[in-house]
Amino acid sequence: MKTYQKLLAGLCLSSALAGCSMLDGDEQAGGNGAIDGTNGTNGGASTSGLSDGNNFTGHPLDNPASALSTKVIYFAFDSHAVEPQYEAVLAAHGAYLAANAGVAVIVEGHADERGSREYNVALSEKRAKTVQNLLSLQGASGNQTEAVALGEEKPVVLGHNEESWRLNRRVELIYPAH
Amino acid sequence: MSKLKRVGLFLSLILSFSAWGGALKIEITQGVSSAQPIAIVPFSSDQVVGGLLVDIAQVISDDLARSGRFKPLSRLDMLSKPSSSEQVNFRNWQALGQDNLVVGKVLPASNGRLTIQFQLFDVYKGEQLTGFSIPASQSGLRAAAHRISDLIYEKLTGQKGAFSTRIAYVTSMPGRTGAVEYKIQVADADGFGAKTIVTSSEPVMSPAWSPRGDKLSYVSYEGRRSSIYTQTLRSGQREKLHSFKGINGAPAWSPDASQLALTLSKDGSADIYVYNVITRSFRRLTRSYAIDTEPSWSPDGRHIIFTSDRGGKPQIYRIPVSGGKAERLTFEGVYNARASYSPDGKRIIMVHRINGQYRIASLELATGFTSILSNGSLDESPSYAPNGSMILYSTSDGLKTILAAVSSDGKVHQKLRLQGGDVREPAWSPFKQY
Repeated sequence: MKTYQKLLAGLCLSSALAGCSMLDGDEQAGGNGAIDGTNGTNGGASTSGLSDGNNFTGHPLDNPASALSTKVIYFAFDSHAVEPQYEAVLAAHGAYLAANAGVAVIVEGHADERGSREYNVALSEKRAKTVQNLLSLQGASGNQTEAVALGEEKPVVLGHNEESWRLNRRVELIYPAH
Repeated sequence: MSKLKRVGLFLSLILSFSAWGGALKIEITQGVSSAQPIAIVPFSSDQVVGGLLVDIAQVISDDLARSGRFKPLSRLDMLSKPSSSEQVNFRNWQALGQDNLVVGKVLPASNGRLTIQFQLFDVYKGEQLTGFSIPASQSGLRAAAHRISDLIYEKLTGQKGAFSTRIAYVTSMPGRTGAVEYKIQVADADGFGAKTIVTSSEPVMSPAWSPRGDKLSYVSYEGRRSSIYTQTLRSGQREKLHSFKGINGAPAWSPDASQLALTLSKDGSADIYVYNVITRSFRRLTRSYAIDTEPSWSPDGRHIIFTSDRGGKPQIYRIPVSGGKAERLTFEGVYNARASYSPDGKRIIMVHRINGQYRIASLELATGFTSILSNGSLDESPSYAPNGSMILYSTSDGLKTILAAVSSDGKVHQKLRLQGGDVREPAWSPFKQY
């Protein structure tokens, strides 16, 4: 286990991206991020260090300028195809996972309320698995991602109209350690 | 009298109940005038010290009204209140246009128990059709009343009554902390005596009765992943079925209780598996790259029907339990899902999309004739009463989800509302209960 962690730490350091979630605690304990007084809003890690002119000092997953800050993508009715506008988002998350082997993500699929419930569970799993596959194409390993299918059981919006349904047909990328 | 009036579609009978556990309010929204007139006289209980906790005649009257087959006479219109045959003047009841009459009384028995005596009469012949003496306790009066309803219903319709059965359903509503609480509850078929069998902060779904009615299987997302549990109702003890990566869903008991059909996605896409309760082994039944889910057994236990989108859109297919080729059953419309058999095996009911609306439809297997039974826009989860007389399903009501029932001929409609939350996925119990 110790060697594994060392290996992961090495991977994190060698990556261009700061903020391997495994190391969050250590970084906070070190207090590096507190100096400039711009901590992340959710009490998570607060590292800085990208010297390429990007002055965002929070966790890369929270960087509003990065595609990584988008963690929900939406689908067409009865479809599990990822729409073109989300390709860059998933590419960024895939690359982030590839560069941070110690980070795990839950790929949570959802459906709108129309139709039968267990069919919607299966449909939402198809969505989650499509996303999972796109992440692995970017180099995320199979044990970094887990597809969970919730069907129509956890809507974000209650309402029997197109706008509510659109917002509920989604896949959420949940980083449990973040 | 106009034809419309004679058809008399709106009975608007509101039966408001208050029971211990968050009652369901049942409202008959559409009835038929072909219902048989019947008079159920309040049962006398003069000899019972302290009186009765339950108005037995009212429970019977409500049961029979909900079936849509009967139109009970209002007590205000009764000219007399007989409680035994010698007090009955049949001409009075004939004059009121009643076909049948029920009278009864409750007598004290030994050890603080009670005896209920009742008689059912044909008003025109002036004859007794049936009569029983039933032992009961004060706490068992509702159950006894439902048994009397069953006896009356069977005598007059030739079909077994389903008033003594129960329903299971899923509720979700904000709990004390404001976060949503998901529950599975079990109540009497009339919505009384609801009891919660499981509560979770994560979704629970797909309650499925064992053939004896002593257990419920269901899907729970506790721990954020789906698993199937089987819970013994009496003890509350439950067993978790071995769970796999991916979907663990849609449990359905075989009629002989030896097997549980379910959906797993461990080998890729969602497929139907059969779990053998005795050998504790899983057998894969369908192999497709498409979604296969929502298995349901034929009453003879030889076939399983399921939803599959292998043809591009969800449709219902049938496969022998022993395996083999799946045969498509539904061809009407672009969306048919969540099918189950009628108790006689002659038809299936399902969720059917028509003009963008999701409704409950029934398909007669011999003729391929589809009929639409419900009139909502988001209707789902149809479940037959064990006698085939009614179908329970869920429907949207404003922003809420409520239960509704329709007679199997589509003529009588009811709504069941729960105070303060969503109610969905009704599952009507089988006859046998322990």
